[in-house]
Amino acid sequence: MSTGDTDRTIRRGEIVPTTSNTKRKEKKKENEESAGDAWILRLYVAGQTPNSLTAFENLKKICENYLESKYTIEVIDLLKHPQLAKDHQIIAVPTLIRKLPTPVKKIIGNLSDTEKVLVGLDLRKVT
Amino acid sequence: MKKNKTDAIEGMAEIEKIPSGIKGLDEITRGGLPKGRPSLVSGGPGCGKTLFAMEFVVRGITDYGEPGVFVAFEEKIDDLKMNFRSMGFDLDELVRKKKLVLDHITIERSEIEETGEYDLEGLFIRLGALIDEVGAKRVAIDTLEALFSGFANEAILRSELRRLFLWLKDRGVTAVVTGERGDQSITKYGLEEYVADCVITLDHRVTNQIATRRLHIVKYRGSIHGTDEYPFLISEDGISVLPITSMSLTHKASVEHIFTGISRLDMMLGEKGFYRGSSILISGQAGTGKTSIAATFIDAACRRNEKCLFFIFEESESQLLRNMKSIGVNLEPWVKSGLLKFHAVRPTAYSLEMHLSVMLKLIGEFKPGVVAVDPISNLYPIGDDIQVRSMLMRLIDFAKSLQITGLFTSLSNDVDAGAYTVEPTEIHVSSLMDAWLILKNVEGNGERNRAFSIIKVRGMAHSNQLREFILSDKGIQLMDVYKGSEGVLFGSARMAQEGSEIDDRLHKNEEIERKKRELESRRKLMENEIALIRERFAREEDEMKILIGQDISREKATAKTKKEIATQRHVDR
Repeated sequence: MSTGDTDRTIRRGEIVPTTSNTKRKEKKKENEESAGDAWILRLYVAGQTPNSLTAFENLKKICENYLESKYTIEVIDLLKHPQLAKDHQIIAVPTLIRKLPTPVKKIIGNLSDTEKVLVGLDLRKVT
Repeated sequence: MKKNKTDAIEGMAEIEKIPSGIKGLDEITRGGLPKGRPSLVSGGPGCGKTLFAMEFVVRGITDYGEPGVFVAFEEKIDDLKMNFRSMGFDLDELVRKKKLVLDHITIERSEIEETGEYDLEGLFIRLGALIDEVGAKRVAIDTLEALFSGFANEAILRSELRRLFLWLKDRGVTAVVTGERGDQSITKYGLEEYVADCVITLDHRVTNQIATRRLHIVKYRGSIHGTDEYPFLISEDGISVLPITSMSLTHKASVEHIFTGISRLDMMLGEKGFYRGSSILISGQAGTGKTSIAATFIDAACRRNEKCLFFIFEESESQLLRNMKSIGVNLEPWVKSGLLKFHAVRPTAYSLEMHLSVMLKLIGEFKPGVVAVDPISNLYPIGDDIQVRSMLMRLIDFAKSLQITGLFTSLSNDVDAGAYTVEPTEIHVSSLMDAWLILKNVEGNGERNRAFSIIKVRGMAHSNQLREFILSDKGIQLMDVYKGSEGVLFGSARMAQEGSEIDDRLHKNEEIERKKRELESRRKLMENEIALIRERFAREEDEMKILIGQDISREKATAKTKKEIATQRHVDR
């Protein structure tokens, strides 16, 4: 995470900036259609705080280790989209939400406790 | 520049406040809640925290033009809207006008895994967005402590809460934050630690099956405030806090007199009646005529074209009207013309505070010249001495501030007590009263009569005499009573006494006449005797005069004879 912009999407390991809400939704739809077992993860942060950066790094690591390339990470900066805090019921940051696969899971913190993240995301090490 | 300086100094003396809009609260806090700072309201479940917070926000919008934010952690928006519609708050309308924004924050711990450090920036952003949405000046958070059930890391939570309160202050919004009451502390999680300025607790107690709500200002930094526990009510138009006592006794005393409608009573009161704005207690046993006095008083007031408000706890309006007709007091025309208003309700219908609030509300709306409560003793089942006294104190103070004359009847329980004993419960109340009239049943000679006396009238000379109280179809009469060797006489004994006195008087008159006649005859006798004596004396006088004459002539003759003898003897030669 070398660039200054945290508001972006990582698609199959690649970071793609999210430009708007609608576009993100389109992408989500695309995902659902294209890959049934793909993971959609949303990371809510508030600016580039140490916790946000740590969370993003930790998340990327876990995803690479456990999900290979079947995942999308959307990073949402609440400072830029304050309305989303209300719409998505976000209080603590960073908050990670597993949109897919269902059920929706919610994890808070900088994701440094890997064991807990795995439990929270229902992840088992890929064999 | 200079002006600004003095403003700042004045501001330091008392912190700036904004009116909460909650009835009575602004009175006891002397102005409202600290402006631009958070206040904490704490209490147990169902004590009215949410209502307090909501009323603060809604009144801010409707009464003071300050937009507001209401954040609910516990209730859903739709539930809130529904609950407050019943209180007459149309939240939808305010939301539509962009004056109010409601937000429900859900925290479900079961869904949340904590995986390292975090902060509550999301909440701040969220609150900030809400405040900006309507340009809010007031914020209510109900109840912030829900956060503690949502997050496990208390250390983070506490530092974030501290930050939140500072943040609210920085934003310059006046906030009400509610908290759950704790066992040892004011709030369960010690929120009071973070709120330096104003902490209020609400309480909901049930005594004798009747619930009483109380409000207490625990602390209010930089401000004078009432320190008592104040009862408050939740009625159809929100919270009303009732200061038990007015802060001071500053009402103006009237020098105007008003007649009682009972002419003899007016005479006993120096022919002037009571002072306007007096509080008058009429106490007595059952059936002694308390209500009748009250009704007569009210009738007299209505005749003077004064409005009257009559609170009755024992009878219905129509029953009282009918009963009073039997003693020649017809109140019905006054009801029809709108001068007289009844409020008949069972005392147990609701709590003391509720009664008081209803009374104050009605008095405020109707603006009567006379208020009567019949009887106050019926309030005792729903409150103890101190509570009833407090309530009456508040009622009397309120009435006095408006120069309303208060008439209170009280039933004495002690049937066997003599005519002069005083009830202990009445002592508590009587000190509040300016005047105290007492009615007693007096039994004797196989009948029961009523005795009436004035125990006290503040600031007025009054009769100390006991009177017999008679109720007839011509109204109330007060009669003199007789005090003889057998005690005070009432009823037929009094009439008998009156009769025998008349006999006595007649008898005495005859005696005097007789004595006068005797004296006259004696005088005549005496005069006759004097005449007789005079006659006798005159006779004796005549006889004596004759005798005296004879003696003188005899003496002369003798002298002549002696001379002749001497001549013959030639004595001188």
